[in-house]
Amino acid sequence: MSDLHFFGYRRENGRVGIRNHVVILPLDDLSNAACEAVANNIKGTLALPHHYGRLQFGEDLELHFRTLIGTGANPNVAAVVVIGIEPVWTARVVDGIAQTGKPVQGFAIEQHGDIDTIAAASRTAKDFLQTASELGREQCPISDLWVSHKCGESDTTSGMGANPTVGNFIDKTDAVGVTNCFGETSEITGAEHLCRERAATKEIGDKWFATWQAYMDEVIEPNKTSDLSDSQPTKGNIEGGLTTIEEKAMGNLQKIGKKACYIDVLTPAETPDKGPGLYFMDTSSAAAECVTLQAAGGFAVHIFPTGQGNIIGNPIEPVIKVTANPRTVRTMGEHVDLDVSGLLRREMNLDQAGDALIDMVLRTCNGRLTAAEALGHREFVMTKLYRSA
Amino acid sequence: MSGPAPDFLVHDACDAVGVVVVEGITAGQTLEGWIMDSDETLTMAINEAIPLGHKFALKDLKDGDSVIKYGEDIGRTIADIPKGNHVHVHNLKTSKW
Repeated sequence: MSDLHFFGYRRENGRVGIRNHVVILPLDDLSNAACEAVANNIKGTLALPHHYGRLQFGEDLELHFRTLIGTGANPNVAAVVVIGIEPVWTARVVDGIAQTGKPVQGFAIEQHGDIDTIAAASRTAKDFLQTASELGREQCPISDLWVSHKCGESDTTSGMGANPTVGNFIDKTDAVGVTNCFGETSEITGAEHLCRERAATKEIGDKWFATWQAYMDEVIEPNKTSDLSDSQPTKGNIEGGLTTIEEKAMGNLQKIGKKACYIDVLTPAETPDKGPGLYFMDTSSAAAECVTLQAAGGFAVHIFPTGQGNIIGNPIEPVIKVTANPRTVRTMGEHVDLDVSGLLRREMNLDQAGDALIDMVLRTCNGRLTAAEALGHREFVMTKLYRSA
Repeated sequence: MSGPAPDFLVHDACDAVGVVVVEGITAGQTLEGWIMDSDETLTMAINEAIPLGHKFALKDLKDGDSVIKYGEDIGRTIADIPKGNHVHVHNLKTSKW
């Protein structure tokens, strides 16, 4: 296992990426149009339009900055052009990304207008793209990989096949120094006692439980109008046979395997700093929100087990789909990267399924496009904590 | 990893429900099952059509019983459920929220 390797892009700060994007990043919703115009001018760059960035304050604003800076800092990104309506917050994002040492430049629209800003930013984007195009891949040990995990449109086959396959992957790769991350705070409900016990120490378990309890007290209790049975499980979960949040949580937790213990609890979009190991990140259980936060935390490749067939992708972090549902393989196979339905027919065992997933991850890291990449799924969704001022 | 492909799977030997893993199961069929945790097999007759991924009772359940799956409590019944019947949102509810 420890001699496994892949070919990635080693960045200025030592982190290793598996893609080589030049990102055109809007500070705020107002700057989406200019970013998309630059990406249209300079073919091969990637605009990341989103909905927020105005009049935010407090922790919600800090999360906005952390998400944008983390997205630009992600090792799958070679260089970044940041465009904002005004220069001060724009500079804050630029300065945050610049700490990685990668090329980054900011542009503010006020006192210039869209057209001059687009022209100037396009010249910089062209330089960044041509420089990035000459960067080469180098051989890297598997321990250089940061892998995030989140399941979606789960059904009972997720808990029987796809999620235990991910668990096998985490158990094997944790042992050789890969950095893994799971999240989905709300969806641990019903298995919170088991998740708490999987912390490396009692203090870390207590930190996890406090995070889960805070979500219950601050989000669920004040806002719920029922037992949430119209939202959790989702209609797709119910179609697939999942009945209660407890059943869904038990299936969800199969993703972290049987051995690996998490070594820290991250805030949304926070970058791990405790070294290799398994981390929990406090996230929504909605797919695009969760993966966007994990990508901003610095994870380079995402494993997404699904039952009924969630089709999510992410613009900078390739999303690998794994399913054990034979109907999903048959009816929407173009979204599936790895079919482990043989587990349910007893044609393969978990050890074999886990090895197949490791192989698919390494192929993806080496450049194989995921189904979501080929189909153009680029869901980039900022998490908003509360209304803006 | 041996034996014929099962019609339904059970996570844990103490579970109260099995999960159908093939399509097209109709009322009155006798199904072959596999208990993943203990690697045992069992046979069960079912009373209703059960879609792929859906659960049925492996034993008679009373209104208000906890339902065990993965060896853990996944909710409470809101009706009596005879052995072999479909178990889903019409007769099982969360104990949370």
